Amino acid sequence: MIVQVCVGSSCHLKGSPEVVDLLRKHLAADKLEDDVILMGAFCIGKCNREGVTVQLDDEIVCGVNRENFLDFYRQHIREPLLNGGASNG
Amino acid sequence: MSSIRKFDTKVQHLKYKVLREVARLAWNDELLEHALDIPKTIAPGKVPTHRCCVYKERAILAERVKLAMGGDKTNPNVIEIIDIACDECPMGGYEVTTACRGCLAHRCEDVCKRGAISFDHNHVAHIDKSKCVECGQCAKVCPFGAISNFQRPCVRSCKVKAISMDENKAASIDNNKCISCGACVYQCPFGAINDKSFILDVIDIIKKSEGSKKHKVYAVIAPSISSQFTYARLGQVVAGIKALGFHTVIEAALGADMVAMAESRELVEKGFLTSSCCPAFVAYIEKNFPAMVEHISHNPSPAAALGKFIKQTDPSAKVIFIGPCTAKKMEFQKEAVRPYIDSVITFEELQALIDSRDLDIAGMEDDVLDNASYFGRIFARSGGLCDAVTQALKEQNIDFKLKALPCDGIEACRMALLKASKKVLDANFIEGMACVGGCIGGAGCLTHGEKNKAEVDKYGSEAHEKTISDAISLLNF
Repeated sequence: MIVQVCVGSSCHLKGSPEVVDLLRKHLAADKLEDDVILMGAFCIGKCNREGVTVQLDDEIVCGVNRENFLDFYRQHIREPLLNGGASNG
Repeated sequence: MSSIRKFDTKVQHLKYKVLREVARLAWNDELLEHALDIPKTIAPGKVPTHRCCVYKERAILAERVKLAMGGDKTNPNVIEIIDIACDECPMGGYEVTTACRGCLAHRCEDVCKRGAISFDHNHVAHIDKSKCVECGQCAKVCPFGAISNFQRPCVRSCKVKAISMDENKAASIDNNKCISCGACVYQCPFGAINDKSFILDVIDIIKKSEGSKKHKVYAVIAPSISSQFTYARLGQVVAGIKALGFHTVIEAALGADMVAMAESRELVEKGFLTSSCCPAFVAYIEKNFPAMVEHISHNPSPAAALGKFIKQTDPSAKVIFIGPCTAKKMEFQKEAVRPYIDSVITFEELQALIDSRDLDIAGMEDDVLDNASYFGRIFARSGGLCDAVTQALKEQNIDFKLKALPCDGIEACRMALLKASKKVLDANFIEGMACVGGCIGGAGCLTHGEKNKAEVDKYGSEAHEKTISDAISLLNF
């Protein structure tokens, strides 16, 4: 799975460094590092007030921040990867 | 009237008007049909405003239109002379003016080692041009300031001595010496020297993106922009650039952070280094100190480094650098840089593009621009790169005795390189900036002034990231 975290100005200010940190930590804890290609992206074109935009293959999730990170991670990364790619969580 | 405030001089304003008209027609696909009408649009009627007749004005404007459309394709230099616009200024060198009062002291005579000064029956001084070597000592000692140096502004501005006079007395550029810094472009009072424009390429790239559907167009803006748009806030300029059709705007200062970190390591490894961010400085070394080329940092310039990173995240990306620099227009055509930067425009040209779309940026809502650290941002002014390398060493806990020498302007660079090539330079890192003041003194700037340095420092201190490591940690995927 390719995970692109937006590091453009707007998302950067809303905490993309923190989201990247959390992602790295959780992927390592779950031993999923080899299943994910973590990349940056400059502006996915969905700037908003709530948080960071993350693109997972062709799916775009907006508004990721420290508070909702765990939900996001479980639903969009951990579950699909552990369940063999099905991402209807 | 309000638009003239955006520029330092009327020459810049005239150039801007041509660029704006060319852009306006290009957006509407009417350029081929109406390019020849532009001179008359800008200089209508029968009364000339700045030349001998309106026909000459239009003839020169037609040449300006050509430059705005990319200039002479057979000339590899991006700096070009419009020969008919050259006023063939006097270039007699040191001459005694009517201010000479025929005094008794004759300091001029005493100081002249060549015996070139004599006096007529009124005791008025005269310079024998067959003996004079233009050292200027007589002018310095004259109590009345009666001796002047009549030099062409272009020749005076060109510190690499690339400008001479052709057989028709018009200025001529030696491409083997020219480093495309643009000093002459800014200094010629008749606007006879200009940088070629790539605005048509940029407009084409934006149009073909079809609103970011076909490809995304990224604007990489130089940190010196912080001192440029005095009538609008930086956030509004960012909004304006996006309104032109750019997908997003990224600060080149982030590339500067990347470069500062890499360059500090390279310095420790090699022990002696010159910077590589200023393309005119690099060209100067290549043309004048070939033996020093091996000491130029192998790091790409900040813009190229960032362009490379952008294209890794988005392989179909188109990257446009927007900055103060005419030499960047040479740099992006180099084989090593071409894959990462698709085109280059100046702040002057950005202003023309914004106005060609009638965008009122001062009325726009602020957008954000924040990726780089303080240190990446202050690359825009002389001394900034030295500060950044010092900081990068500190952040990595590297114990290295740095002796950094910021060289402000090409003459300072020449002195440092001369000493370094003779191994008598008391420094192990040369920061070379061809323009005096650093990038904020660039020829493509809208304004040049004392306060611009303070503006850059202010922009630097507003950076969200306080250290270089923090700014680039995000990029280490």
